[in-house]
Amino acid sequence: MITRIRSRFGPEIVAVVLLLLAFGFSAFREPRFLDAEYLFDRSTLYMEAGILALSMTFVIIAGHIDLSVTSILALVGAICTTLVSKYGLPPVAMIIIAPVVGGALGALNGLLVSKGKLPSLVVTLATMALFRGVAQILLGDHSLPMPKELVGIHKIQLPGTYFHVPMVLLTILAVVAAGVLHRTVWGRWVTALGTNAEAARHAGIPTGKILIQLFTLSGVAAGIGSMLMLSRLGVARFDHARGLELDVITAVVLGGASIFGGRGTIVGTITALGLVGVVQTGMGVAGVKAEVQVAVIGLLLIVSVLFSNFTARKRGR
Amino acid sequence: MKKLLARRELSLVLAIILIVGVAIALQPRFASEQNIRSILLWVPLLAVAAMGQTAVIITRGIDVSVGSILGLAGMTTAILLRDYPQLGVGGAAVIGIGLGALLGAINGGMIAFAKVPPIVATLGTLGIYRGLTFIVSGGRQVDDYQLPKDLMNWSLEGPALLSKVPFINSIPWVVWIALLVMILSHLGMTYTRYGRDVYALGGNPDAAALRGIPVNFVTFMAYVLCGIGGGFAGVLYASRYGTVNPSGIGNGFELQVIAAVVIGGVSVFGGTGGAPGVALSCLLLGVVNVALSVLAIADTWQMAIYGLVLLVAIVADERFARSARKRAGEAV
Repeated sequence: MITRIRSRFGPEIVAVVLLLLAFGFSAFREPRFLDAEYLFDRSTLYMEAGILALSMTFVIIAGHIDLSVTSILALVGAICTTLVSKYGLPPVAMIIIAPVVGGALGALNGLLVSKGKLPSLVVTLATMALFRGVAQILLGDHSLPMPKELVGIHKIQLPGTYFHVPMVLLTILAVVAAGVLHRTVWGRWVTALGTNAEAARHAGIPTGKILIQLFTLSGVAAGIGSMLMLSRLGVARFDHARGLELDVITAVVLGGASIFGGRGTIVGTITALGLVGVVQTGMGVAGVKAEVQVAVIGLLLIVSVLFSNFTARKRGR
Repeated sequence: MKKLLARRELSLVLAIILIVGVAIALQPRFASEQNIRSILLWVPLLAVAAMGQTAVIITRGIDVSVGSILGLAGMTTAILLRDYPQLGVGGAAVIGIGLGALLGAINGGMIAFAKVPPIVATLGTLGIYRGLTFIVSGGRQVDDYQLPKDLMNWSLEGPALLSKVPFINSIPWVVWIALLVMILSHLGMTYTRYGRDVYALGGNPDAAALRGIPVNFVTFMAYVLCGIGGGFAGVLYASRYGTVNPSGIGNGFELQVIAAVVIGGVSVFGGTGGAPGVALSCLLLGVVNVALSVLAIADTWQMAIYGLVLLVAIVADERFARSARKRAGEAV
């Protein structure tokens, strides 16, 4: 039983242990870490990253990558706030338009990868610049305000608890994502695609369609993330979430998804995201500069891949 | 193959002529010479860094950390020159380039020997090297008055030998340095065994290994070369701008470098392209920047234009590659 759990969830167990260690260390250094209110308050930042990480888990399991998610997030915010403040769109409509616009941008990635037979890395590297660039054209160095009635979603809590709306949303989405990934045919197809794309195609799996769906999903997630971030920060800027793709990809890979595709779990991703959050919050409390925090996350990413390569080699693949 | 390359270089030259033509036609009152010169002086930096990235992309890899390598090497060079001026500009430059090589070797080691995918390794070091730039500088910038005049003069003056030749005497050292780097890398990629191995590896990794090419070493060295290019560009950055800020230096530069290489005809599928095309595309990007400035299009358009041009180049490459495979009678 134990060996079965170890062989199936090895990387996830590593993430859980690391999370507990990091949390224990931070709580030891900074007693505020034991204060639930403080923790929940600090966590709002990571809900947006979490939603991106959910879709990124699917993309990476399928053997691809999407570097453009954070740019989609910025562009969706720019488009929505521009529509509201310059073209009189009713603010509530943003909630529907954001995921749709995000999905359309993601679908463009998907089409290029699927129909164009282009590597997702290069396509999304280009659209990462393109999408953020268009956001910069729309907004310049200015910021556009989020309509007042949509600001502050992270301050709305479930009555009697510290759980805020973004956290509830992420929890629901994570459960749905886990169900889809591990319990549906589509989830199996995604895994098959990442295990061996050629074999998946020969087995009659509609790989081209799945790719488009995957990148569309990624865009929709970025659209939802965009609304949460704008609601938290109150304004749209072209440089929102710049560099957040590092945290997202680190969470997915650290959470046990194979960067070569074919393996990964939602539980692992969420756990590793918590780890990234605790490490960053801990460093922030200790007064570590933002740039140095990025370096530590970069190191985490590399070490996690080195580690999984090492254990894979030891098992003889 | 030769034809394909020739076509790319020809289209780059045509694009450069077209953009210059449009800029002149729409805006007969050209921007000040000073302004244009200042923008074009950024091209040598780009070209030097792009030469190393060319080798990496030919091997089907990618190095997104090159902007951070430029940053760390440039920052370190500037700090050394501020605190130990007795090193001399040459000495500090050698250290900067050497540091670039070391940073590239770290990338290359992880990718070639530990089999970490290039995007993961270099995305990680993108953050790590930027963080180190902050640590070595303490978050403070080095100002131009703290740097020796000799370093600045690289971007201001040409070789004394050419000082009497009209027009050419206005070309500063950095341009000559970049030209030399480009010629050397073209010769290296075309006529040395290592260069041929890089193409063989990018063309077909399995076949390259079977033919006895030391695949791991060739991959490793490609990233070392990329690091050297980044380090060298960092030194040139200090000369070009004088003020070296730990968060500003080289930030986002990787996109420009990768765009230059891919637009220059280096296929992301590996195995094709080379220094001449990349050199032309660096010039093209410089001309685009001048045109944007001359036509008074805001800087804010730059990133979108780069992304779009990069995307178009990738798609065009795939079309070329597909029709080439068709002609060769391979399955598409």
